Amino acid sequence: MRKVHDLTTAKRKGWNGEPRPEPLDPSRWEREFPIHRVLQEDGSAGPTVEPIPDAEILRLYRFMVLGRQLDERMVKLQRQGRIGFYIGSIGEEATVFGTAAAMEERDWIFPCYREHGAALLRGMPLPTFLAHLLGNAGDPMQGHQMPCHEAWKPGRYTSISSPIATEVPQAVGAAWAARIRGDDMVALTYFGEGATSANDFHTGLNFAGVRKAPVVLVCRNNGWAISVPLERQTASPTIAQKAIAYGIHGERVDGNDLLAVHDAARRARARAAAGEGPTLLECVTYRMEGHSTSDDPRAYRPAELVEPWRRKDPIQRLEKHLFRRGLLAEESRARLAEEVKAEIGRALAEAEAFDAKPPLETLFENVYAEPLRQQREQLEELRAALAADPRVARARG
Amino acid sequence: MPTMNVIQAVNDALRLEMRRDPSVVVLGEDVGKFGGVFRATQGLQDEFGADRVIDTPLAESGIIGTAVGMALYGMRPVPEIQFADFIFPAFDQIVSEVAKYRYRSGGQYACPMVIRTPYGGGIRGGHYHSQSPEAHFIHTAGLKVVVPSNPYDAKGLLISAIQDPDPVLFFEPKRVYRAAKGEVPEGAYTVPLGQAKVTREGSQVTVLAWGAMWHEADQAVREAAAAGIDCELLDLRSLQPLDVDAIAASVNKTGRAVIVHEAPRTCGFGAELSALIQERCFLRLEAPIARVTGFDTPFPYTLENEYLPRAPRILKALREVVAF
Repeated sequence: MRKVHDLTTAKRKGWNGEPRPEPLDPSRWEREFPIHRVLQEDGSAGPTVEPIPDAEILRLYRFMVLGRQLDERMVKLQRQGRIGFYIGSIGEEATVFGTAAAMEERDWIFPCYREHGAALLRGMPLPTFLAHLLGNAGDPMQGHQMPCHEAWKPGRYTSISSPIATEVPQAVGAAWAARIRGDDMVALTYFGEGATSANDFHTGLNFAGVRKAPVVLVCRNNGWAISVPLERQTASPTIAQKAIAYGIHGERVDGNDLLAVHDAARRARARAAAGEGPTLLECVTYRMEGHSTSDDPRAYRPAELVEPWRRKDPIQRLEKHLFRRGLLAEESRARLAEEVKAEIGRALAEAEAFDAKPPLETLFENVYAEPLRQQREQLEELRAALAADPRVARARG
Repeated sequence: MPTMNVIQAVNDALRLEMRRDPSVVVLGEDVGKFGGVFRATQGLQDEFGADRVIDTPLAESGIIGTAVGMALYGMRPVPEIQFADFIFPAFDQIVSEVAKYRYRSGGQYACPMVIRTPYGGGIRGGHYHSQSPEAHFIHTAGLKVVVPSNPYDAKGLLISAIQDPDPVLFFEPKRVYRAAKGEVPEGAYTVPLGQAKVTREGSQVTVLAWGAMWHEADQAVREAAAAGIDCELLDLRSLQPLDVDAIAASVNKTGRAVIVHEAPRTCGFGAELSALIQERCFLRLEAPIARVTGFDTPFPYTLENEYLPRAPRILKALREVVAF
C-alpha cells in the first residue's frame, strides 16, 4: 500500500521534519506600514512636516474640482460619441494632485494613464487637452494616440503609453541622468497596484535602489485593475512593503487625504533630493467608476464594496476641512463649481473649433526625425488613393 | 593607418564619441570594469568613470527602460545587450516605447539611442547565443537597423548611429568580431546610414548580404567567378533605412538576385527585399529571386554549419539562378 503523508505531522513539523517557523501574521505589515492620515473625520488636520500654504490648498482644491467635473463631462461626451474613449480618476484626485503638486516645477513627471490632472497642473491648457481627446487638428499628439495618452513637454510631463509599468524604469533613468549631470531634479512616476505584477515595476525598483536614483514612485492603489481586485494581484497585504526587497523606503498614505498625500510626497522628494534614494509611496484610494469608458464595473464589482468609499470622497473631505477653517463657504463652493463648469464649456468650444482631422501628412510625421523614403512614398500613394476614391478616408465604404 | 578588428573598431568609435559628447553614456551588463564579455567597452570606464560607463543589474528591459529616461532627459545612451538573443525581455521597451516615443508625443519628445548587440551564429552558441533577430526590429516603424560586416564600416556606422536623431539597433557580427581585420583611419569619420556598398561589380547576378554573411557571400562569388559566373555583391550595411536605389540599380543591370541571411527564411528580411525587387525590377528579371537563409527552426547547436548559409550553399543558388 502506498504510504500516505501524515498531514498532521507535516503541519506540525514541516515537510522536512524541522520545526516550522511561526506563520507570518499579515497584519504585521499593516502595522509596519501604517497609513499616514492628516485630515480627520471632523475636518480638522493633524500635524504635517511641511504645511501647505492656504492659497496653495485652495488652488489644489480648484484643480480637484476641475478634475472631477472634467471626468464626469468627458464620460458623457464619450457616451454621445463625441470622443472615442476616456479614462478618469474620480475618487483619486487627492492622490494625483497631492503628489504632483509636491514636486518642484523643474521635476519631471512620468505618468501612467490616470493622471491627466497632473498635466493640467503642469500647465497643459485645458482646450489643448480636450483637442487631444478629440484627436483633431489642435492635438499636439497629431492624432497619433488614442484619447488620454497626452504628453506635455513644456511641463516636463512625458508621454503616456498603454503598456503597464514601462514608465517606471524610464523615470529611474531620467532621475539617474539628472544625478550624473548634477541637476537637482527628482522624477515622479505613477502606476496602479496592478502594475506591481509587471516586469518593469520590479526592474524599475531594483535599478532605482541599486543606483539610489532620485525618484518618487507613486502607486495609486485604487483596489482594482479593470476587473481584478487587489487580492488577486498580489499576496502582499500592502504595496509599500515591496520596497523592503529593493532596499528602498516604502510608505503608505491615505490617498483620499490631500494634505497627507502632499506631506508624504514632499518628504519623499526631500529624501530623493538629499541623495537618500527612492521612495515607494503607496496611496491607498479607490477607483469609484469603471476602469475606463470601455467597461461597466457592475459586471464584476458588487456596489456595496464601493459604498463605504463614498463617505471618504477626497473632495468632500477637503471641503469639510476648508469649511472648518473658514477658507470656503457654501456660497463660494457653489460659485467655484459654476466657474469650473463654465471653464470646461469654453475650453470644449475652443477645442471643437479645430478641424476634425489633422492634415494628411501628419500620418507620416514624427515616425523618424525626418521621414524616410518609405514614409514619403507611402504619403504619395495615399494621396493618389484618396484622389481616386474619397471613401479611403471613411470608416465604411 | 592602423589595422583593427571589429571589436577594436567599435571600442574606438565609442571612445571618440564619448570624448566628443559628454552626454554619451554606455550602460549594460558587465560593460564597466570588465569591459564587456566581448571586450567592446574595454578601458572605457577607466577613461570616463563609472557614471558614464555603467554596470547595470541583469535585466534587459531595465537597461533599455532606463536608457529611455536618460535619452528623454537629454543624454545619448548607448546600451549594450550582451547577446541579441537576450534582447526579448527588452522587446516591449524597444517596440512600444523607444520606437514610438517621437510619434506618440507628436514630436515633443524623442529618445535617440544606439542599442549595440552582438548577433549571429557559427560560434557553437546554440539558440540562445546565435540568433539574428533583425527582422523583428526592421518591421517596427521608428527604429533604424544597422549591421556592419567589417571594422571600417563598424566604426563609421557606429559614429553615425550615435549622432543620429533616431534610435538605432546596431547588430554586431560576433562570428567575425576578431576574424575580420582591416585598416581603420585614426580619429572620427562617419559612414552614412542608408547606403549600401558595392564590394564587387559584376554583370550576371546580384548578391545581397550583410554582417557576417557578407563574408560567406564574398567567398561564394569568388568561387563563382572561377566557375565563370560574374556576380555583383552588395553589402547592405544599413537595413533601415535601406538603399533601395542601389539594390534596384544592380538588379536592373544583372537581372538576377540572390539574397543571403542567416535568420530563418519565413518573414526574414529577404522576403521584404524580394518584394522590393519584384516591385522595381519586374520586367528586367531573368530568373526567380533566390533566398539562401537559415532554416525555419530554432538555431541548432550541433548542426549549425548545415543551418548557416555558408558559401557552398550560396554558390549552388548562384549556379541555379544563372542556369534558370
